[in-house]
Amino acid sequence: MKKTVVWEKKHLLGIEELSKEEIILLLDQAESFKEVVKRAIPKVPPLRGKTIVNLFCEPSTRTRTSFELAAKRLSADTVSVATSSSSFLKGETLKDTARNLEAMNIDMIIIRHSCAGAPKFLSECVNASVVNAGDGSHEHPTQALLDVFTLREKLKKIEGLKVSIIGDIEHSRVARSNIWALTKLGAKVTVCGPRTMMPAGIEKMGVKVTCDVNEALEGADAINVLRIQLERQKQQLFPSTREYVRNFGITKDRLKKHAKKDILILHPGPINRDVELSQDAADGEYSVILEQVTNGVAVRMAVLFLLSTTRQIIEQAQKE
Amino acid sequence: MKSNKTEILDKEGMDRVIKRMAHEIVEQNRGVENLAIIGIKTRGAYIAGRLASKLKEIEKQTIPVGALDITLYRDDLTEIAAQPTVHATEIDFDITGKNIILVDDVLFTGRTVRCALDELVDFGRPAKIKLAVLIDRGHRELPIRPDYVGKNIPTARKDRIEVKLKELDGNEEVMMIQEDQEKAKK
Repeated sequence: MKKTVVWEKKHLLGIEELSKEEIILLLDQAESFKEVVKRAIPKVPPLRGKTIVNLFCEPSTRTRTSFELAAKRLSADTVSVATSSSSFLKGETLKDTARNLEAMNIDMIIIRHSCAGAPKFLSECVNASVVNAGDGSHEHPTQALLDVFTLREKLKKIEGLKVSIIGDIEHSRVARSNIWALTKLGAKVTVCGPRTMMPAGIEKMGVKVTCDVNEALEGADAINVLRIQLERQKQQLFPSTREYVRNFGITKDRLKKHAKKDILILHPGPINRDVELSQDAADGEYSVILEQVTNGVAVRMAVLFLLSTTRQIIEQAQKE
Repeated sequence: MKSNKTEILDKEGMDRVIKRMAHEIVEQNRGVENLAIIGIKTRGAYIAGRLASKLKEIEKQTIPVGALDITLYRDDLTEIAAQPTVHATEIDFDITGKNIILVDDVLFTGRTVRCALDELVDFGRPAKIKLAVLIDRGHRELPIRPDYVGKNIPTARKDRIEVKLKELDGNEEVMMIQEDQEKAKK
């Protein structure tokens, strides 16, 4: 029997490879899962008996917890592998680790890695479904999905919205995934940051580029403020934190002067308070930062559910 | 492929059947006190809404109505023809202690009702759950039986029952579609 498949992908490696329709399907499904998350017993059985491994080769609180909760709310069993206590320290390669995990009969691997392309590599050497939870400065697809989900929920549409992404664009996988998702859905995207943190040729992704934060705020419906990776201060990409705050920090004063009154403020976390985002702006009324986190679980449930059903359909077809 | 279509209920027939079921519910429940109606998506939810408005006509009281999406509770996620799409469950009242009338359009194997019961008890602990269906076509695979039936239709396993509702299909009717006997033998 030929099945109508609405979602054909076995892995989620990035937003770049998704069509507009696939993104919309994911967002619609996430809406249904948001209702599940709000129930008195927020747990449903579709992934019962499935095993999901969280393979995090970089630190993370939000994403890892969010994926783990999403998996548990779908009744999957989860195992977390943190690199600091795993055989990576003994020099085992990523491929060997993954294949060993797979030998224990797992269904999905959620991976975060400092190397761009690690999830893609993994998807080619294992049979399990692979979900990218952030790879180097390449992509962080579920973050972009939850950002877009939050925007759509608040503003009822994405098409035609003006969204500015502010901060370290060069090293940000969140920026890249967001640009893909927003432009595919028809939003107008502006990226803004210090010249030293602006990758060459970024305008080829269909975005407007500016180094003037006030210009980026002008007329924007929403801003996505990225974390300044203070650990990169060693590379001297900006002279001092104080100077960054003066030129690019988002404060209530700056918002009052240059932004629309009802501008939405997003931040992927963790926040450097009073660096990229001032205290009063981060906790202000237009900040949707905590809603982003809540939505993250629903979005990840939708991702895990769709990947799992597709994988089962593919496996069944192979048997027949 | 040749097939035989027989009409089982037309618009008026459907309306009469739902009205009768509403009266039966009022009679057995001695009114509509503590009653709540929950339909199984998609068609059961519409029939639940109609049942509730008939009950309101009879008893002049508004009864809480909810809709249940059972996709996440199915035991055949990979066997159904199309990849499943999850819709939201809409129950905005507490079901604990209530007498619930669970509503679906067609009762067949009973597996849908099993999913609905599993999901419902995750929402609370109702005093009672009763089952109302527009059509009972037999062939149960689980020990489940309806309390209120619109119409009993003896069917062969391969037959299909099509319920059409104006909200979804533009017209109102229940049809039975039988595969051509000759063809079936081959």
